[in-house]
Order: sequence, then C-alpha cells, then structure tokens
Amino acid sequence: MSNVPANLKYAASHEWMLLNADGSVTVGITDHAQEALGDLVFIELPEVGAHYDVDKEIAVVESVKAAADVYAPIAGTVTEVNQAAADAPESVNQDAYAAWLFRMTPDNVADLGQMLDAAAYQAVADAA
Amino acid sequence: MLRKTVLNAAHCALGARMVDFGGWDMPVNYGSQIEEHHAVRKDCGMFDVSHMCPVDVVGPDCRAFLSRLVANDVAKLTVSGKALYSAMLNDAGGVIDDLIIYFLTDARFRIVVNAGTAEKDLAWMRARAAEWKMDVTLNQRRDGGNALAIIAVQGPNARAKVWQVLPRVRTATEGLKPFFAAEVEQYFIASTGYTGEDGFEIMMPAAEAEVIWQKLKDAGVAPCGLGARDTLRLEAGMNLYGQDMDETVSPLDAGLAWTVAMKDDRDFVGKPALTAAGQKQQFLGLILLDKGVLRGHQQVITKQGNGEITSGTFSPTLQQSIALARLPLGVQIGDEVEVDIRGKRLKAKVTKPVFARNGKAVI
Repeated sequence: MSNVPANLKYAASHEWMLLNADGSVTVGITDHAQEALGDLVFIELPEVGAHYDVDKEIAVVESVKAAADVYAPIAGTVTEVNQAAADAPESVNQDAYAAWLFRMTPDNVADLGQMLDAAAYQAVADAA
Repeated sequence: MLRKTVLNAAHCALGARMVDFGGWDMPVNYGSQIEEHHAVRKDCGMFDVSHMCPVDVVGPDCRAFLSRLVANDVAKLTVSGKALYSAMLNDAGGVIDDLIIYFLTDARFRIVVNAGTAEKDLAWMRARAAEWKMDVTLNQRRDGGNALAIIAVQGPNARAKVWQVLPRVRTATEGLKPFFAAEVEQYFIASTGYTGEDGFEIMMPAAEAEVIWQKLKDAGVAPCGLGARDTLRLEAGMNLYGQDMDETVSPLDAGLAWTVAMKDDRDFVGKPALTAAGQKQQFLGLILLDKGVLRGHQQVITKQGNGEITSGTFSPTLQQSIALARLPLGVQIGDEVEVDIRGKRLKAKVTKPVFARNGKAVI
C-alpha cells in the first residue's frame, strides 16, 4: 500500500505538488511511482528558468529497469531544482515526498485547484 | 490470462512485485532489485525459472539429430552430465533460440529452452526430426503431470546452501565442475547459471518446488526477481534472447561466434547462410562515461559508422551504466564513442562484453 499524504495535490501521471507560501509549487514523484519503478539510479532535472506547458516532459527518472518521463503537472517556470535528489536518486525511493525534484512558479496558481486530491489519486494508483 | 509457475503463491506471499514476463506472471523484485543483485554477487540468491522449458530428447538418433539441429557441436559432449550452450538457427542463419543441452546417455539428452520461445522451438524441432526421419522423441517437461520446476541458486555460497537443504545430493555434486549436471533420484542438479557466479540450477518434480523454495529461504538464500537476473547476466556478458539476438540476427554478429562450430565438415541448419554472410558487426560492451543510463535500441555513433545498443542497464557492481551493443567492424576496445540518449550525445567507452563475474568487476 503506497503512501498518499492528504496535504498534497496530485497528477494522474504520478507527480505530487505542494503549494508554498510564496506561491511557488514544489513537485516530486509519488510513492506509488517510485515503488513501481524500483531502485532509482538516475534523475535528469529541468533547467532553472525554463518554461513548460502542462503535460510537457520536464524531467526523467530512471530505475535499474526503466526510464520514466516526469510531466509538468501545471504550466509554469522552473525556479529551483533539487540537485541533492539527482546526486542520490535512492533518496526518492526512501522518501518520495521529502526528495522533491523541482519548484516552479505556476502561470496560473488556480490551475492547482483542478488537480487530484489524495483520495482521487489513491483511486488512480489502486487502478494502476 | 497470465501463466503461473508452481511458485507463484510463494512469490506473492513474499510481497514480490509481479509483472507480465512474456505471458508469465513472474516476480521482478521482492523489494530492492539492487540488494538482490548484491546478494548473488556476495552471498547467495535464488530465482524461480520454472517458466523455462526442459525438453527431453530420447531415442537412438539423439546425437545425430542434435548434431544437425544446433550450431554448436554435440560431439564436444563426451562425458555424461556435460552441458553445452548453443544457438538453434533457422535456414537464414538467424537465431530461433539459445539453449543449453545436457548429455546424459547416447539415448537421452535434456535441452532447456527459453520460456517465450518454447512452443515455437518444439514445433521446429519436431518438424526437423520428421523431415530428417530421425528416431527421436521430444518430451517437454514444463507442463502437465510430469512437469519439472527449476530453481536457480546462485552466488559464492550457493553450493553450501543447496547441500544444507538437500544433503543427499552432496556426494554426487561436490566434484561438479562448471557446466555439468548430475542426476540424484528425482533431482537434476546442474552447475550452470545466468549470473556469472558459481551455483546450481535445480530441476525437481513441480510438486516439491514450494517446500524446497521455503527451505532455501529459511537457510538464508535471498529470493531474487527477474530484475536482478537481468543486471547479473548483463554484467556477466551473457546474451538475452529477444534482446541481444533473434531470428533476424546472425550469431556471428551477436557475440556468439564462440558457440558456432564452423570448422569441420559437419552440416547444421543455418551453416550455409552463415558461411555466405560472414560477420558483419561485432558485439562489444560499453561503459557510459557521462551520467545517465544506457538502454536497448539507443544509437551508438562511432568513427566507423553507427551501431546499436541491444541491452543496457545500470550496473550495481560498477555503479555505472553498462551496455551490450552491436558495433561496426573496425571499432576497437578502448575507443570513445557517443550514444544518443533522448537527443543528447553522451560519451561512452568501448569494452570487452563482460563487466563483472565471481563477485568482482572485471573491467
């Protein structure tokens, strides 16, 4: 059973989002996603300053067995990346909600309201 | 509907992550694939490979039949129990499957073929036997009342663990050199494997598999999934059928020239095609010098032209990404080449196609 914290928002493509007080959004992959991928060994982060439309490939996480795209869950501009996660990909396996991947400033913060809540994402993860 | 081995419930009880592997519901890992990999290199791990298909070849024409059927030469099998790795080719010289042949007596050999190719292989073998009017019978031993299960116990401590669990096979297997098999009562114990480590592949009546699996588990043998099996075999430089070669690929271009006995005048299926075509590519290893992970089908750019990765992964032993690749003739070991990963060109070094065996890096 994977862990789905209630305070986060989710995309059906298995990203989690946390709205910060400054209006930025922190993004990572869910516990369900890390479990499905298995031991992570490589993370390719986006470039700070780059703008992404919603659902565009923004990062790559690779486990021993497979590569998976991470999609921009909302449109926005990358403001910060978590180099520590890229340097130690296994940290995402250990705690997918602590080892965030990047932060972005959303084009429209209201977009976040349309994302899945924990219960809705749990249903997506259970069906996968 | 996925097919299941007799150990399916045991895997699920251990919390395995199960995947569809060529139509079989198989464990990919039981937690951490990397830990399972290290268990095999450093201690002992076990794999359920009961999806693979043993085929008993019996009858007076066994040897003559196999001599024509496969690219390696069964004349090398002179001592009972000796095993031989070979490709089975089609008339165009492409690989129908790769397999291991165990010589038991002149009227009885056992072949083990891959899971996904078993039906195709059996149909091909039976058709050739009929065409050549050979007096042989082919009995598959994977399904039905006479079915065998196969557990591969691999790693430096594998032999000791097997003897602890099955003490009565010890005497017959203590002196077993690599690539041999011994039959002890209902057990067939082979010193073969797919990891680059010492160990045994144990065939047993399917009904006994769950008890033996549990005893091995209790003896401290780590259950390992197909994920670790893939990284172990890739580090050991062993080909995977369907990835590193298939019906469209010559064994000479897939690093299997050492298994093709071309020199004498023996005739075998695919020989005229191989003789005509010769070797067109070479099968070598790659180590990625930049950060990333090499994967099958990525393009390799060399001064001599382009090649292609056939298998790639992250090597838990080397802590770097490694791959097997078909590269143009003329590329040398030690050359620096580029690999196209999602549109970026990353640097890689050409190596021998073997990275780690017997617990150690060999690069």
